[in-house]
Amino acid sequence: MNEPNKEYLKLIKEKMPKTKHFSTIVRAFIIGGLICCIGEALNDIYGLIFKTLSEDEIKSIVTITIILITAILTSFGIYDKIGNFGGAGSIIPITGFANAVVSPAIEHKKEGIILGLCSNMFKIAGPIIVVGITSSICVGIFVLFFKGAF
Amino acid sequence: MVLTYLQVFITGGIICVLGQILINLTKLTPARILVMFLLIGVLLEAIGVYKYITKFGGAGASVPITGFGAALAKGAIDGTISDGLLGSVSGGLEAVAVGISAVIFFAFVSGILASSKTK
Repeated sequence: MNEPNKEYLKLIKEKMPKTKHFSTIVRAFIIGGLICCIGEALNDIYGLIFKTLSEDEIKSIVTITIILITAILTSFGIYDKIGNFGGAGSIIPITGFANAVVSPAIEHKKEGIILGLCSNMFKIAGPIIVVGITSSICVGIFVLFFKGAF
Repeated sequence: MVLTYLQVFITGGIICVLGQILINLTKLTPARILVMFLLIGVLLEAIGVYKYITKFGGAGASVPITGFGAALAKGAIDGTISDGLLGSVSGGLEAVAVGISAVIFFAFVSGILASSKTK
């Protein structure tokens, strides 16, 4: 009785995921690459406009611009569509982090400004801040002990 | 010029592809993937590898969340070298203060202005 069922499952396993995997990977590659290219292009443009600023300051302005663009796209619901298409390509760049902060803020707005918007803002992205700061302090203390090596 | 952008595209693309492969194979949620890549960025910067990736990929290495982690680690290392223990506590957050502040500010403003759409 089980024979045809097994064959069917085997057939699904063979045929379904491969095509799906391949297309999601290609889309993640394209979207991720494009977002990074936008960052590089902004870097070049700002480098031409603000000639007096240092490289680090220009990088900071680029970060602010990318986050602003993401906040606007998320507000109009466009970033969700990019996310549906790009998968990890839209999650891994800093835009994904910004989207993870902005979208719960919009979503929970109706529960109030303080208790809804502000307290739910880092519902998804909170762990990133916690893990990031904790690990950076660990790295700092590690460097403190082995200062000679750096 | 074109070569630079190609390098950026490939570096950023490959980092995102690694994330997509993880999502496809393990069903990890996006938040976990982000935390994982952040930690990878911190580690790679701490052992001194990430600066070579940034040198090759430019924004392709600094825009993904791994670049955020690398900036945190770099801030902590630089802070420790210049200010000692106090620098290792404050340095990481100082380096990414612009990004985090901008995210909080724009999230607050767009939260006030935009209304959620029913999907």
